[in-house]
This record gives sequence, structure tokens and C-alpha cells, in this order.
Amino acid sequence: MSAVASLAPLVAQAAQTSDSVGEQTAFWICGTLAVVGALGLVLSHRAVHSALFVALTMINLAILYAANSAPFLGLVQVIVYTGAVMMLFLFVLMIVGVDASDSFAETIKAQRGWTALLVLGFAALLIAGIVTGMSEMTSIGLDEANSANGGNVQGLAFLIFDRYLLAFQVVAAVLIAAALGALVLAHREHLQPRRTQADLSRDRFKSGQHPGVLPNPGVMSSTNAIGNPALLPDGTPSQESIPLPLRVQTAEAASAVEEPRAIERGEE
Amino acid sequence: MEPSAYVVLSAILFTIGTFGVLLRRNAIVVFMSVELMLNAANLAFVAFARMHGKLDGQVIAFFVMVVAAAEVVVGLAIIMLIFRTRRSANVDEPSLLRN
Repeated sequence: MSAVASLAPLVAQAAQTSDSVGEQTAFWICGTLAVVGALGLVLSHRAVHSALFVALTMINLAILYAANSAPFLGLVQVIVYTGAVMMLFLFVLMIVGVDASDSFAETIKAQRGWTALLVLGFAALLIAGIVTGMSEMTSIGLDEANSANGGNVQGLAFLIFDRYLLAFQVVAAVLIAAALGALVLAHREHLQPRRTQADLSRDRFKSGQHPGVLPNPGVMSSTNAIGNPALLPDGTPSQESIPLPLRVQTAEAASAVEEPRAIERGEE
Repeated sequence: MEPSAYVVLSAILFTIGTFGVLLRRNAIVVFMSVELMLNAANLAFVAFARMHGKLDGQVIAFFVMVVAAAEVVVGLAIIMLIFRTRRSANVDEPSLLRN
């Protein structure tokens, strides 16, 4: 971002002299990159790639704003769009799922072909109109308007806080309403009351299973080996004290010993 | 540099944004395409401001940016709400209101 910030006055300075080589170079490089980013947005399969391509387009548009004697808008573009809006998009993508790649299957028959045709026609119409309508026009340039109040930012401030004061206040109200609306929309009501620790504990006792810790193997017994069951206070061994895998293993070993005998008996 | 170059670039970006809105099915990508269209219009505003030698176009572009930011906030909240209930960000699926 600081690179763009340091670049902005240079580009703006290059734009001072009309038709300068610097502006031509900036236009062709940044314009090409902006179009590449826009195409990447439309054509990449993953939504995250699309978001990063849009960020590329936004940064290049910021440089183009600066080249058009609008350094303030260039910086606002970088801060608001690449800084805030695109990061918001990436956060939402993180929640919605990064792997939610778009299916390019057509839900409407021949939609892609018709879309391409319509869009190409639209572009041809727009560009033809612009080229024929604006070919004679030349730029007055903002040098005079910018220097009238001491700079671009001062000039914009004079307009925003004087002629466009009402619009500015309405836009501020819109912004606050949008922030509140997002809070209301993102708020999730609990359908059931939140389960407390007391509820969880009550459920554990209600389920009928042993609620506490099982006795350790070997407690009060002759040895504390892990396969040796603990002796309960009345002197009976507790099978629950032995870990489940060991219990299964002993049972299998016992049945394995039993089986050959059964076969022998069967042979007899 | 003649102003028509910037306006043509803005027309190209706007058209690509339209293409994205018509082609893509992921609600978030559609939304980003709309943002691209807004930005293309902003570029035209800035170019026209310079052409006419008045700062009004830049003020309008500034207001467009603020409204776009508000729109992104509400739009993304709606997309998240739909995703939470439908587990999908596909614009073809929420057709509950059709019948």
C-alpha cells in the first residue's frame, strides 16, 4: 500500500503535462492489468482466486485514478476496496467455505453462448458510441480546479461540505443503517436456551451409566498389575477396573484355549 | 491523453462485470462482479471530471464508493444468512419464493 502511496504523487505529476509519455505508459500497463484481473474474476473456478483478481483490478484502478489527477480517490480506493471490501469478501469466503468451487454447469440451455453474444454486442455498442461521440473531445484538465483551493483534497472538501452537504449526510445515514442491518442479519437467536453445566451434569446422572471415575486396576489387590482387577470394599473383584482392550484380549485368549479342547472332544 | 481512452477502458471493465453477473452461479462471485461494474462507473466519473475541469465527478465517485461499501456489508450479511440456512452459496438454489 505504501508503494502505491509513494507512486501516486509521481503519477499525478506525470499527468500534469497533458499527453505525457508517463501517463501513456501508466495507462497501458495498469489498464491491461485491470482487464486481466477482471477476466480472472470471471473465469477462475475458485472464489478465492476471483477475490484476489478483483484486488489486482482495484489496485490498478487506484493508480489510474491518481493518473487522472484524483490522488485522494486513488488512496480511498486502495484503503476502502483492497483494504476493507476485499478483506471482507475473503472473510466471508473463509466462513462459507474456500473449497466451494463454482460449478460451470449450465442451468439454462445455451446460457453461456447467449451471454457471450449479448455481452460482446453490449461492449461493441458502448465502445462504438464512446469512440464516435468522444473522438473530438479534449481534456480541460484539473490543474486549475485542484489549485483553486490549495489542492485536490481541499477542493473535494469544499465541494463535499458545501454543495454536497445534504448528500454527504444522507450517505452517512445509509452507512450507519447498513452497519446496523448487517448486525441484525448476522445475529443468531438461540432456538433453545443455552445448556449450562448443571444441565449437562443432570443428564449424565439420568443416563444411568456410572457417573464417576471407574476404579483403578490392582487397587486393594495383591499386585497393581494392569490386568489385575481391583477389589471392591466387599472383597469381590471389579471387572470394570480393567481397561476394555485387556478385557477383550483375556476373553479371546480364554476362548482360544477352550476351542482346541472342543475340537478334541468332537474328534472323540 | 484523450479522455475517451479511460472511458473505453471503463466500458470494457463494465462489460466484463456484466459477463460475470450473467455467467457465474456463486453468489459471492456475482457480488464481486457487481463491485467491478461500480468501479468501472467510478473510472468513467473520474475521467469525465478531468475532461470538464471540475471536481464534481470525483465527489460523485467518492459517494459511489461509500454506498458500495454499505451495499457490500448488507449483501455479504444476506449471503451468509442464506448460506447458514441452505448450506450453499449458489444463486440457483434459493428458489423458495418461486411458487
